[in-house]
Amino acid sequence: MAAVSVASAVELRADGGPQSATKAEAKDLSFYYGSFRALKNLNLVVHEQQVTALIGPSGCGKSTFLRCFNRMHDLYPGNRYEGEIRLHPDNTNLLSPSVDPIEVRMRLSMVFQKPNPFPKSIFENVAYGLRVRGERGRRAIEDKVEAALRGAALWDEVKDRLRDLAFNLSGGQQQRLCIARALATDPELLLFDEPTSALDPIATASIEELITNLKKKITILIVTHNMQQAARVSDYTAYMYLGELIEFGRTDELFIKPKNKQTEDYITGRFG
Amino acid sequence: MAYARDLGAIRALIASHKRWDMLFGICGLLALMIGVLTFTALFVDMAIDGIPRLNWDFFTNFPSRHASQAGILSAWVGSCLVMLVTAFFAVPLGVGAGVYLEEYAPKNWLTDVIEINITNLAGVPSIVYGLLALGLFVYQFGLGQSILSAGLTLALLILPVVIVATREAVRAIPQGIREAAYALGGTQWQVCKDHIIPYSSAGILTGVIIGMARAIGETAPVITIGALTFIAFLPAAPISAQPPFVSLEWVMSPFTVMPIQMFNWTSRPEAAFLQNAAAAGFVLVFMTLAMNGLAIWLRYRLRKNIKW
Repeated sequence: MAAVSVASAVELRADGGPQSATKAEAKDLSFYYGSFRALKNLNLVVHEQQVTALIGPSGCGKSTFLRCFNRMHDLYPGNRYEGEIRLHPDNTNLLSPSVDPIEVRMRLSMVFQKPNPFPKSIFENVAYGLRVRGERGRRAIEDKVEAALRGAALWDEVKDRLRDLAFNLSGGQQQRLCIARALATDPELLLFDEPTSALDPIATASIEELITNLKKKITILIVTHNMQQAARVSDYTAYMYLGELIEFGRTDELFIKPKNKQTEDYITGRFG
Repeated sequence: MAYARDLGAIRALIASHKRWDMLFGICGLLALMIGVLTFTALFVDMAIDGIPRLNWDFFTNFPSRHASQAGILSAWVGSCLVMLVTAFFAVPLGVGAGVYLEEYAPKNWLTDVIEINITNLAGVPSIVYGLLALGLFVYQFGLGQSILSAGLTLALLILPVVIVATREAVRAIPQGIREAAYALGGTQWQVCKDHIIPYSSAGILTGVIIGMARAIGETAPVITIGALTFIAFLPAAPISAQPPFVSLEWVMSPFTVMPIQMFNWTSRPEAAFLQNAAAAGFVLVFMTLAMNGLAIWLRYRLRKNIKW
C-alpha cells in the first residue's frame, strides 16, 4: 500500500529537470557526540536549486547530519566533527575550526521541527535576522520583511496584524513564519529539520507546496521521516541508517528502482 | 467466574482506610491553621494597637521624646533610599551573574562549586553580612555609617536570591528559542540581550522584589553597620532647582530604617511608644505585602505574552 502511493507520487513529478551545479558537498563526514560516533564517513552532494531529502528510521542520524551544515552542534560541549562540508562557489569548508560558526549561520538558514517563533511580534520575528546583521534602515527592513512573508505565503494572512504576537498564529502559520524568518536573510542554503512533523495534514500540504516553490530560487536540504513527503517534494534523496549513508540518488530512481536491498525494504515499508 | 465477594469485609477495610484518610486531613489542617492563625493574630493585634496612631502627622513627623508627636518620617525615607541603593547594586550584579552562569559558563566542576556556594550564601545569617559590611564597607572602603553602606550590605544579602531567580527564569526558556536565535547568526551577547534577558524578566523581577521585601525588614545587619536609632533630619535631596540639579550627597548621609525605629520604640517603657511601634510595624508589614503583591502582578503582566 505504502509502496503504491509512493510510486504514484513519484510519477506525478517525474519531470526531473536539468542537472545543476553543486551547492554543497559533504566529504568523509563523521560526527561524534562525545565518544559516540553518530555519523560515519558520509559523502553527499547537494545540487543547486534542487531539493535534497534525507530519510531514514528514527536515530539514523539524519537530523544530526543536517545540524552539521550550520554548526548547530557547536552550541553544546563534547561534540566533534571530522571531514568536510564544502560550500560552493567559494569552496569554504564549513566545518573548519578557522571558520566562525556565526559566519556559517549567516550564510545558511534553518527551519526547525517544532515551530519556534520568538515571543515577539510577527514583524519582529521576521526582522530579527536582519537586525542581527546590523540592518538599521526602517524602510529596508520593512521591504525585506514583506518579501520574506510573501515568499513564505503568509503575507496575505498577516499583513494587517504585523504587530500581533507570533504566538497568536496557528501552528501551520507559525511554521511559515519561521520559514519567512529564515528567508529574510537571503540564505544560500535552506535547511529544514522535519518541518511538518508537528503539523496537521492541511498545514503540511501548504508547507510542501511552499518548498516546491522555493526551490526555484534557493537550494534546500530537508530531513523528513515521511517517505511520501520526500517523494513529493525532493529531487534527490539520501537514505541513512545507523549513521551511514546507504543510498543516494535521484528521488525518482531511488524510490522506483532502489539499488540497495536495505533501501528497498525501508521504502516499501517492510522495515522502519 | 461469578462468585460472591465478601462485601462486608471489603467495606470494613475501606472504612478503616478512610479513617486514616480523615486523620491526615485533620492533622494537615491543624498544621496549616497554626501557621495562618498565628500570623493573623499577630497582625490583627498589631493593627488594633497601631491603626489609631496612623495619621498624616505620623508619616511626616520626625521621632520625638513625646510619643504623641513622634513620627516615622526619617525611618520610611531611610528605608526607601536604602532600598533604592540595594536595587541599584543587586539587580545588575545578580542578573549578570545568573545569566553568565546559565548561558556562558562552561559546565565543569568549578561552575558546580560556585553554584552550590551561591545557594548556600542564601542561608548565611544576616548578622554575618552585617559584620562583613562593618569591616569592609564602613572601615576598609571608608564609606562610613551611610545609606550607601547599608544599601551595599543588603544588596549582598539578597544577591543570592536574585541570582537563583535569574537562573531559574533563564532555564525555563525552551532550547528551541535559543537555537532559533543562534541559527540566524546571533552571537551569545545578541541572544542574551534580545532574547534571554527580555524573556526571563518576569522571573527576574519577581526574584528581585521578593529579595527586596526580605531586605526591607532586615534589622541586624543594618544595626551592625551603625544605623542611628534617633535621627531628626532627612538626607540631602537628590534633586534640586540649582545646577547640577542631581546630587548624590544623600548616599553618604546617616540614616535610620523602619525596623530600627520600631525596635527603638519597643524598648521604651511608656505604653504610648509601644503604640507607635505597633503602628510602624503595621506600615512595615503593609510595605512588604505591597511589594509581594507587586511581584505577583508584574509576573502576571509580563508572562501574559509568553507561553511555554
